[in-house]
Parts: sequence; C-alpha cells; structure tokens
Amino acid sequence: MSKKAVKSVSPAQRRTTGEKAFAVFNGAFFILFAFLCTYPFWYLMINSVSDNAASAAGKVNWWIQGFHLENYKQVFGLEGMGQASLVSLGRTVIGTVLTVMASAFLGFMFTQKKMWHRQFWYRFFVITMYFNAGIIPAFITMKNLGLTNTFWVYILPAIVQPFNIILVKTFIESIPSSLEEAAEMDGAGTMTIFFKIIMPMCSPILATVAIFSAVGQWNSFQDTLIYITDNKLYSLQYLLYTYINQANSLAASVKANAGTAMNVAAMATQQTPTSIRMTVSVIVVLPIMFVYPFFQRYFVKGMMLGAVKG
Amino acid sequence: MESQSDASTVSLTKSGPDRATGLKRKNGVARNHVKKDRGGGQSVRRQGFKLWMLIVPFIILSLIFSYLPLFGWVYAFFDYQPPIPLSESKFVGLQWFKMLVQNPAQLHTIAQVLINTFAMSGLGILTSIFPLFFAIGLNEIRTRWFKNLVQTLTTLPNFISWVLVYSVAFAMFSSTGMINQLLENLRLIAEPVKFLDSDSWTWIKMLLWSLWKGLGWGSIMYLASISGIDQELYEAAQVDGANRWQQILHVTVPQLMPTYMVLLMLSVSNFLNNGMDQYFVFQNAFNLKHIQVLDLYVYNIGMGNNSLSLATAISMLKSLVSVVLLISVNAISKRTRGESII
Repeated sequence: MSKKAVKSVSPAQRRTTGEKAFAVFNGAFFILFAFLCTYPFWYLMINSVSDNAASAAGKVNWWIQGFHLENYKQVFGLEGMGQASLVSLGRTVIGTVLTVMASAFLGFMFTQKKMWHRQFWYRFFVITMYFNAGIIPAFITMKNLGLTNTFWVYILPAIVQPFNIILVKTFIESIPSSLEEAAEMDGAGTMTIFFKIIMPMCSPILATVAIFSAVGQWNSFQDTLIYITDNKLYSLQYLLYTYINQANSLAASVKANAGTAMNVAAMATQQTPTSIRMTVSVIVVLPIMFVYPFFQRYFVKGMMLGAVKG
Repeated sequence: MESQSDASTVSLTKSGPDRATGLKRKNGVARNHVKKDRGGGQSVRRQGFKLWMLIVPFIILSLIFSYLPLFGWVYAFFDYQPPIPLSESKFVGLQWFKMLVQNPAQLHTIAQVLINTFAMSGLGILTSIFPLFFAIGLNEIRTRWFKNLVQTLTTLPNFISWVLVYSVAFAMFSSTGMINQLLENLRLIAEPVKFLDSDSWTWIKMLLWSLWKGLGWGSIMYLASISGIDQELYEAAQVDGANRWQQILHVTVPQLMPTYMVLLMLSVSNFLNNGMDQYFVFQNAFNLKHIQVLDLYVYNIGMGNNSLSLATAISMLKSLVSVVLLISVNAISKRTRGESII
C-alpha cells in the first residue's frame, strides 16, 4: 500500500529546512507513539519473569532482573485458572468455527437467486446490525431461555453475524459465477457447490472473518459479566478483571480470608498480588501478540472490506 | 441499488423462455407474465423453498438473539422484581418513564449521565480527525520498514480487551505502578499520585485511553485511501509549484474527506452508544460521577441495583433515539453526499 505513496514524495526535489524539521518532528512523534503503544506490554512481560522483590521495588523497568518462571507455575496452579483457560480457548475455537461456517453458508445462500424471498431474508439478517434491544432485555431473554450460566451463551448469540455475511456475500459476488454454473451443469447440488467450490475460493475472506471472530471471542468480557455467575464458566478476561480488582484490597483480604478458599489471597503470601496480576495479563495478551503480526494483513483487509460496504 | 439489479436479472432470465413459448400460450402469458415458464416455475419455486429451508436454523438463531430481546422491552412497563415472574408483576404503565423526569434525584443523576455521555462522545467526535492526521504523518515517512513497524506496533492496542487495557493502566498508573515508583525513586514526589482513584480529568483520561487504543488502527483506512489517490493530482500540484505541505493541504486532505465524512456520520449516529466495557473497567468509587455514561448506567442500575424495569426503560429510550439518529444521519448523508451510509 505504501509503494505508490512513497513514489509521490520522491520526484527529485530537494527538501527545504522546514521540511527537514517536519521530518524530524514527525519521526520523533511516531517513535514516541509506537513506544507508548508497546512499552506497557514489555513492562508487564519483564516483570512477570523477574525477581518479585525487585519488581515490587520498581526496579524492573527496562530489562529482566533475576529471571525465574515461578510466577507462571504458581499462576497455572491457581484454582480456576486452568478452567478459565479452557473456557476461553473453547469459546474461541468453537465460536470461531461455527461463525465462519455460518457466515460462509449464509453469504453463499444469499447469492442464490432462486431462494424463496431472498431479498427479504437477507434484509432480515442485515437489519439486526442497526438496532439493539439493550443489555437488560438481552439478559432477561437469556435468563428465560435458560442460557445464563451455560457455556452456550458464549457461542450461540455469536454465530449469526450480519456483517460477516455481507463480507462473504460481497466476496462471492465478485468472483465469476461461471465455475459455479459449470458445476451446476455437471449436476452438482447446492451443498456440493458450497463445500467443493465456494468454500475453497472464499478462504481469504473466511480467514479474515475467522481472525476477527477469534480475537473478539478471546477478548470478550461483557458476556461473562452479564450472563455468568458460575465461576466454572469464567473466561480468562473476567478472571483477570477480578484479580485486578481484588489486588486493590488484597492486603486487607489476605487477613480477612486467611482460612477461606480465596485463591488469590492465598497466593499473595507466596507471590505478590502485583506479580500475579502481571503474569495473568501476559498470559491473556500473549496469544494476541503471537498471532497478530502474522495476521495483520487479514485485519487490514477485513477493515478495508468493511469500509467498502460500510 | 443492488436489489434492483438482482430483480432485473431475474426477470430477464425468466422472460426469456416466457417469450419463446409465449406465442403458444397467450392466456398464461397475459395473466402471469413473469412467474410461469413452461411449468418449470413450480419446480424453481420448490427449489427456492428448499434453499430457504437450509437457512431456517440461522433465521431461528437471529430471531432468538436479535429479535426476541426486543420483546424484553415490555418489562419497562411492569414493576419486575426478578424472582417474581412477569405474569405476576404489576403493570405500571409509564411509571418508570415518568420517574425519569419527575423525580428530582433521578433527574439529577440522569442529567449527569447524559452530560458524561455527551462529553465522551463529543470528545470522541472532536478527535475523530486525529487518525487522518496520523495517517498523513505516517505517509510522510519515507523509510518503508520503519513505517510498517510503526503501523504494526501502533495497531496492537486495538486488539487487546479493555480489561487488559485496564491491567496496563493499573501496572503503569496505580499507586504502586511504574510511573509512581519511578517518580518516587527520583524523589520527585513524596506521596503516590492517584491517577486512577480520583475524579480529576476523568473525561480526558478516558479520551486518552481510547486514543491510545484506537489511533493507530483508525489510521489504517486513511493510509489505504492515501495510497489510492491518483498520482496525477500530485504531479499537477507540483507543476503548479506546490510544496509538500501545500500538496497535503490541497490534495491529500480533500481526497480523504469523503472517508472522513462517512466515519464522522457513523460516530454521530452512535452518539449514545459509548459501549460500557471501557467505562466499566475504569470505574471506581472515586470517579463514578464523571465516568458513568448511559451504557454503564443502564448496567449499573439494572445488574447492580437490580432495577431491571427502570434499566429497561432507559435502554429502550436509548435504542429508539439511536435508531432515529441513524435514520436522520443517513438521510442527511443521502441529501448531501448522494450516498447512504447504511
């Protein structure tokens, strides 16, 4: 994307002093901003593997001091942590697979001109992007359906995503229909065409949908907050939130809850609340940091496609 | 637009065979010009119905999770106390809506919540031009790897959750956080500065956090638009003696304006929808007064205070106003730009 833009700058013009000053200032700004965007993550990472005493004294700012992995061992030993990881992982994998399949299928079906009242049903889905009953009615509905405090509350509402359907439909419409027609001539049924021809051809857009959905699922926090009270179904994000909040008053709760089952409080006697918080943060952010550079182009593509349709 | 073209292609393909057989069956053609074609219409329709059957499960999902909650709005007209089912709850008509404007204490709270909402959304709209500047600035950088690196690093915060942003904020700005420890170690302060547990500059802090999270990401669309600008425009400007700055001002910025206007209109239509994640994680006893936006307020009174009916009444009003906003913004967009945004 930058090639053309760079060219526009070049045509052998000498830079004036003003332009040079601007270039320096501009470069400095971006260095600073990039630093601000990344340093906090670096800070969390080095502190999670550094000597806890040095970390608590605020000495670990640039590099690891007294490397150890005890924090991670302890954190994974925390009751609830393994379960929350499973929940987060489960909802990310299952939720993503289902929404990708649904988006691909619905996007494809809405290109089938034969379908009964196709336009009506397409709008029926798309219009849901523009209204929202609100969280309380949604909560009451889920409760009445018996979905609160079940794993499915993470999955079912996320399957049909009108925006993704639009993306896939637009994509399919942009590819020549001759292949599909040829397959139809050869007697392939709708489902065969979908699985054998459309799905493979759509893989770029489906990858985009998958990544957005996976990041969304992994990062989702509000649904646990609203629909879940059973701590077996807490997601990692929610667990992290409770840890941060408990850390606020942890000193007090260590004394108060000496004998009770407060995991975090019990842990604080060995690790500091801060070290636990940072370690959990790193665990939560690591998957994103890990996949992000590889999939950046998909993110960008998804955003552009979204912009085109609007 | 799209539906029209679809309709026309459909009628074209269908009128073909019609016309071929039309001479033989004048009656049928006259009566039902489009639908009948050699009796194949029946099977086409059955096929179409079969196709529709395949999407029924998804229609049901959409009905349950998008449409059904709308019926939850009836709770706004009852005095619903959770363990008691709706059927046994008292119908109170517009009591909750009246309460919003008649009860002075309630009115006061609502006013503050609205001020917060307007402040946060207003600040968001005021700064919505920042990503455009960011993109222009980044585009001026000529070192390609540096540009890509900056883009990668600055879009990263967009992909972490607000809980993690709060965790970052806590690690950096809490009383034992990095900044306070640094300042104390440098003997610049004696007491930790309360960045998080205070109500000073709450709106600005929230704005800064959302800029931190969203600025880099927001600029991506503009960067792509910039690379799509016709190079001849720049060449023409150079011929006219425009320097870099003038080229930005008179070529790049005007070329980016349409994109900006679309995004601006979308954010206007979302004026009441700040979302609650950011404000929920940052809220505490100190900053509650200025951080409570509508979405958070609805959550707090609904789930926190268990006033489900009142919360439903407010969220119903909010949703209705939002839809009206969206429709009017769309109408404005159609009139001024000749294009709809939805």
